[in-house]
Amino acid sequence: MRTVYAVSGGVSKFAKSRPDKTFPALVKEAYDYAIADLGLEHPQFRELVDGTVASYFSDHFTRQLMAAIMVQDYLGLCPKPSHRVEGGGATGGICFQEGWKAVASGYMDICLCYGFETMSHVQTWKGNEFIALASDVSFDYPVGGFYSGYYAMMVTRHMKEFGTTVEQMAHVSVKNHMNAYYNPYAQKRQKLSIADVRAAPMVAWPLTRLDICVMSDGAACTILCSEEGLTKLEKASGKRIPRIKVSGIGRGTDAMRMADRPHQSYDDFLKRNLLPHEDTPETRQYYKDLWDRGFRYPGVHSFRAGRMASKEAYKNAGIYDPLTEIDFVELHDAYTSSEIQTYEDMGLCRYGEGGPFAASGKAFMPGIDYGLDLPEQPVCPVNPSGGLIACGHPVGATGLMQAVFAIWQLQGTIAKHFGAPELQVPHAKRGAIHSHAGTGTYVTVSILEKEE
Amino acid sequence: MAEKKFPTKIEETLEGSILFNVPFPTGDDLSSLKEMAPIIIKQPYSIEYIHSYGQDSPFFAGLANRRFLVTREPDTGYTYGTPRGHDMYTGKETEWVEIPCEGRLHAFTVCHFGSEEFLPECPYVLGLIEFEGVNTLFLARIVGLDPAEASEKWIGMKLKGRFRRWSKFKPTDVYFYPAE
Repeated sequence: MRTVYAVSGGVSKFAKSRPDKTFPALVKEAYDYAIADLGLEHPQFRELVDGTVASYFSDHFTRQLMAAIMVQDYLGLCPKPSHRVEGGGATGGICFQEGWKAVASGYMDICLCYGFETMSHVQTWKGNEFIALASDVSFDYPVGGFYSGYYAMMVTRHMKEFGTTVEQMAHVSVKNHMNAYYNPYAQKRQKLSIADVRAAPMVAWPLTRLDICVMSDGAACTILCSEEGLTKLEKASGKRIPRIKVSGIGRGTDAMRMADRPHQSYDDFLKRNLLPHEDTPETRQYYKDLWDRGFRYPGVHSFRAGRMASKEAYKNAGIYDPLTEIDFVELHDAYTSSEIQTYEDMGLCRYGEGGPFAASGKAFMPGIDYGLDLPEQPVCPVNPSGGLIACGHPVGATGLMQAVFAIWQLQGTIAKHFGAPELQVPHAKRGAIHSHAGTGTYVTVSILEKEE
Repeated sequence: MAEKKFPTKIEETLEGSILFNVPFPTGDDLSSLKEMAPIIIKQPYSIEYIHSYGQDSPFFAGLANRRFLVTREPDTGYTYGTPRGHDMYTGKETEWVEIPCEGRLHAFTVCHFGSEEFLPECPYVLGLIEFEGVNTLFLARIVGLDPAEASEKWIGMKLKGRFRRWSKFKPTDVYFYPAE
């Protein structure tokens, strides 16, 4: 495999509705930003780019089949090769990884990944219905299909198994909305308190409206390239491009129906799902005690796909202890509860410790006053951008948005792109992006790092 | 005037979105069009699908006959609370087994909002049910609980199933209520 660099990106302003533009024109906004940031104009980039990968989730939202080719066409990139990928909420993360594969394999030297979703084309409750069609339409959807309801069921089990509290979940909401306060691309830039989160209208017990991401119209692009591609881009632009390497990717899957999730034995968990840094007598005993209490894995409280994606990505990137070896994480916080679940899957803490971890302060940004009494200092900021909860979740764009923000973090250019320095993670050398679908059906984890 | 054999004019009709008067620059200068607000119209779309339950059909026939079926891998005994035609471990075809329609609440939520189709039913309780001797769960509606009193204490509660008398051939042909 060849080394792959993530060299540039662009994001449209995420908004509840962007009727001023069609979806191809929305992608064009992100694309123009990405190539301008490289110091290039379209005719130059068009000559250099070998092909593209397109990302959008739902044909229902667009009511337009083959929407991806309309973007390719509008961007002026025909007749270059392209294909669309789709994997629910993880579509953007999958797109990023397919772009990586195109470059790593030697098929392309320069690959553009673009994604979008225009969710405002139907009313919110119809949108929820479309999203719920990403659950089994024979056995899940007809019972009262509603994704917030599915995630609420997971968290009630998490609460039961581990004693996770709604206040711990609210810490995630306060953190991500506050981070987004400094991110001009975000849809919801709000200073909130724990009480605000709990007082918001209940959507699916125990998740309130402020525990849940919103639907958005938005687009994002990233440009990936090989060493040869980098040389070509630098020659065309006449400037040196920061080396941000994609050092590892990982992907996992799980059963479509939450009800079908297996309940693995302790031995099976150790064999298949334990992360290397967890393989200590103390942690083995911790998990043994959980199993002795009746814990089963993954059940509906944990995402085995997220664990497997993390495990593979860490192995490929040479990461042993993610909490101390990754400087920031942009993860798929469609719900505050799923951010907590994902801390555990990604090994930032052990299974069962996500609630206390959320309220510890370790995942917060340094230098930002959240109005919370946090017992510990930041170690690895999670969702410094504000995540899905505050930025919005235009599905096909989301995983690429994470990649763009990660590139900017590692370039040290957050202040330039956000117009404010608050969200720049100090001395960021390595970041992880995590994209997640369904009730944990497809999960991608990709590691980006600054090459010294 | 005699009508042309092949008309050269399409008849005007009143269906669809009609705006009879759209502001537009009157002269040759079209630059102000860049400032124009977007035109947003409604596009209705509806469709009826012909959905087959395929190999899962006996489950729905079972509900119509007030019998709750699960599927089991014949050799390992791994049993699916929501039927699957093939086992995920051995790849073998499963067999149908009837079990008593009673279990315990494994996880739940109260939906105060929902997808458009279910909005009129809010608030409603969704629960994942565990059954004795069954390895996986079943998603169902739970009734007989006060939605305003949601509590994690509900988890573990004993539940009994009840079948709709007039079957709709949906998984909601069975629903659950507290046994105590």
